[in-house]
Amino acid sequence: MTAPACPPPRFSPGCAVRVADRAVSGHCRTPFYLRGRPGTVVAVAGRYLDPGKLAYHNPGLPAQYLYRVRFAQTALWNAAAETGGETGGETGHATDADALLADIFEPWLEPAEKDASP
Amino acid sequence: MTDRRTNFRKHAPDHAVHDVGGLDFGPIDRAEHEQSYYEKRVDALMMLMAGQQVFRIDALRRMIEDYAQQEYDGTGYYDRWIKALRNLLVEREVLTRDEIEARIAALRSRLAAEGRAVDPGAVE
Repeated sequence: MTAPACPPPRFSPGCAVRVADRAVSGHCRTPFYLRGRPGTVVAVAGRYLDPGKLAYHNPGLPAQYLYRVRFAQTALWNAAAETGGETGGETGHATDADALLADIFEPWLEPAEKDASP
Repeated sequence: MTDRRTNFRKHAPDHAVHDVGGLDFGPIDRAEHEQSYYEKRVDALMMLMAGQQVFRIDALRRMIEDYAQQEYDGTGYYDRWIKALRNLLVEREVLTRDEIEARIAALRSRLAAEGRAVDPGAVE
């Protein structure tokens, strides 16, 4: 017996993605404020047991790819929101240079058109 | 509960009780404090349970995320942990609720007999 081949990651660094906007039941590691938001994959952070299953004492298989995703702060918050971003200067408003990095599991990511990302 | 904590959730009825990122919760209190002996013991207990594979940290998070809003908001960080640990020990059939209650009662009487204070919030 040989171990089953590990499937390749669906996304690679540079890919434009969008976090799925769907209802949740049970344990979920994808924060609400990222749902439906566009981002860019920065790195494949590894392959981990499924926390949604581990939370209920299940083995957590199949393992899921985890991606580090970059989100422009301006894509997350109201443009007028004060974020305290480093490049926001005295206004405290987010600029295109302000980003947020989040680790998102593969089932929560969908491919997105690059042009659709602000 | 403070009005601030309950009011900001009115705009986020679909959020899980812990999932408050981005909501208008006001300024973050960044003050640091020394961890108490109690907090360290709760942390150690969790590490022991995870190390023994009684349950994973994911199960602790799930248990805490399932708290009612009032319980979640009104409970300190490590108090949320110890409540979840207690429920998980029962869920995993390591201890029964009766065994836990009996042990707490025994410790309470011992402390009372020694004239030592019992922290009312630590275990309930």
